[in-house]
Amino acid sequence: MTREYTCIMCPNGCLIETEYDPAPASEGAPVIRSVSGNLCPRGAEYVLQELTDPRRTIATSIPVTGGELPLASVRLTAPIPKDRIMDAMAEIRRYKVTAPVQAGTVVIHDIFGLGSDVIVTKTVEAIEPSGKTE
Amino acid sequence: MIERRSVDALIVGGGPAGLAAAVGLWNNGIHDILIVEREKHLGGILRQCIHDGFGLTQFGMTLSGPEYARKYIDDVVRMGIPFITNTTVLSVSPSRIVTVASPDGMIRYEAKAVILTMGCRERTRGALAIPGERPTGVFTAGVAQAYINLYNRMPAREVIILGSGDIGMIMARRLTLEGAHVQAVFEVMPYPAGLPRNVEQCLNDYNIPLYLSHTATKIHGSDRLTGVTISEVDADMKPIPGTEKDYSCDTLILSVGLIPENELSLEAGVKLDPHTRGAYVDEHYMTNIDGIFAAGNVLHVHDLVDYVSLEAERLAAYAASYIKNGSLPPCPLPVECGEHVGHVLPQRISGTSDIQVSLRVREPLQNCRIVVMQDGLEVFSRRMRKAIPAEMIQLNIPASKLSSQGGLTVMAVCENE
Repeated sequence: MTREYTCIMCPNGCLIETEYDPAPASEGAPVIRSVSGNLCPRGAEYVLQELTDPRRTIATSIPVTGGELPLASVRLTAPIPKDRIMDAMAEIRRYKVTAPVQAGTVVIHDIFGLGSDVIVTKTVEAIEPSGKTE
Repeated sequence: MIERRSVDALIVGGGPAGLAAAVGLWNNGIHDILIVEREKHLGGILRQCIHDGFGLTQFGMTLSGPEYARKYIDDVVRMGIPFITNTTVLSVSPSRIVTVASPDGMIRYEAKAVILTMGCRERTRGALAIPGERPTGVFTAGVAQAYINLYNRMPAREVIILGSGDIGMIMARRLTLEGAHVQAVFEVMPYPAGLPRNVEQCLNDYNIPLYLSHTATKIHGSDRLTGVTISEVDADMKPIPGTEKDYSCDTLILSVGLIPENELSLEAGVKLDPHTRGAYVDEHYMTNIDGIFAAGNVLHVHDLVDYVSLEAERLAAYAASYIKNGSLPPCPLPVECGEHVGHVLPQRISGTSDIQVSLRVREPLQNCRIVVMQDGLEVFSRRMRKAIPAEMIQLNIPASKLSSQGGLTVMAVCENE
């Protein structure tokens, strides 16, 4: 079989054509016969990943209590299987943090055992003592 | 009585370009700097761009917007570069007098160099002139992004997106993750406006269809948006009668282009290029006004923040030399767009130094060469398997390839021509 992919590993967005033998119905991985059009080796890795176990990262935000901002942005530190994205969103939605919170703080360690942490990506200071938030 | 102060370099805007310019100036020995930022925090638009994908070029890793900004803000703080926030620049004069309104009152700065890094703003519905009612529920993509990512407000349930700019596609994904239903993205051009990777990871991943050569021809609703009419367009981008289709929705997101924010520049006498809608600059990123420089999205809209930072760092090296020496080498040679090229900069060069040329093609091209001609002779070329308007092309041309006589023309040459 042949299939075209737009690589998402970097902004080059290479259009990659691949020829492969699909995996047998039950088990095993597809066998890639050829990959062309990628400017770098990560393109070939991407195609193999897409054929066997497509993964993505997500970014969202969680509420902050007592912060100068209402939200702290968060992201996954490593991609997770595509079909778990909405589950991850639902899980992250259960969390909130209390200011001050530093960028890099782990909110959820190893979400669903998938080897990816949810970390804060924006430092949010505590509200000033005077109560001014602007 | 307006307070007067002097400064070597005044930077207008503390977004990615302003931050990189400040750090670059500091590293080039200029320490009397002031960054003026109108928001409460430094970081500019990166503060609301919480998705990842930033920093691959600059840091070799994929960061969110706030993390990318933080890297530069940390440098600014560590170096002790002065900045003021909550402060609006009211005017910049041709003699580099910068008037600001700060929480401490009005201040007038006399600057040896003014660095314009105000970024860009979004085209609005008004700029598109879509007929119909004026209900609430019509937002630019960046406004919807601010509501959701900064203010914790969810502005949409049933969504149509007009325009396939990168922010529109990123918001298609963001809205979907937040539980909205994004019905489709409609693009007036016959090709996507944003990067291919965003079509893939923001639309295809979430089964959001992208219809090319379509536009909105009517907006419905009195208080809140109730729907939009979408039409196909012909080769001249005119709606085709009889192709109208109505979509029910409560939200229309516009992602129909970004415009450099140059009101202050115009007042300073800076001339704008109608192609980029940013300043005409020479190879030192200096505008037609002596000592006023520009970089980043205020100069030309970039696709990647990494290239904004790199451009501002280049500017900083030249601006530092200008501040120390009071002048830069003259740049009398014009640079013009040739066949298939929509814009090019710098628009003037010396012909005696290495230059970096940035350009975009007008339409998608395959198997072409980007060719730089000087006085009828080919001085530089790069072969490209594909070139698309969504991707800025940058060429580094060494001085050894250039002559001090004759203007440049930058064009694309396709194999089948």
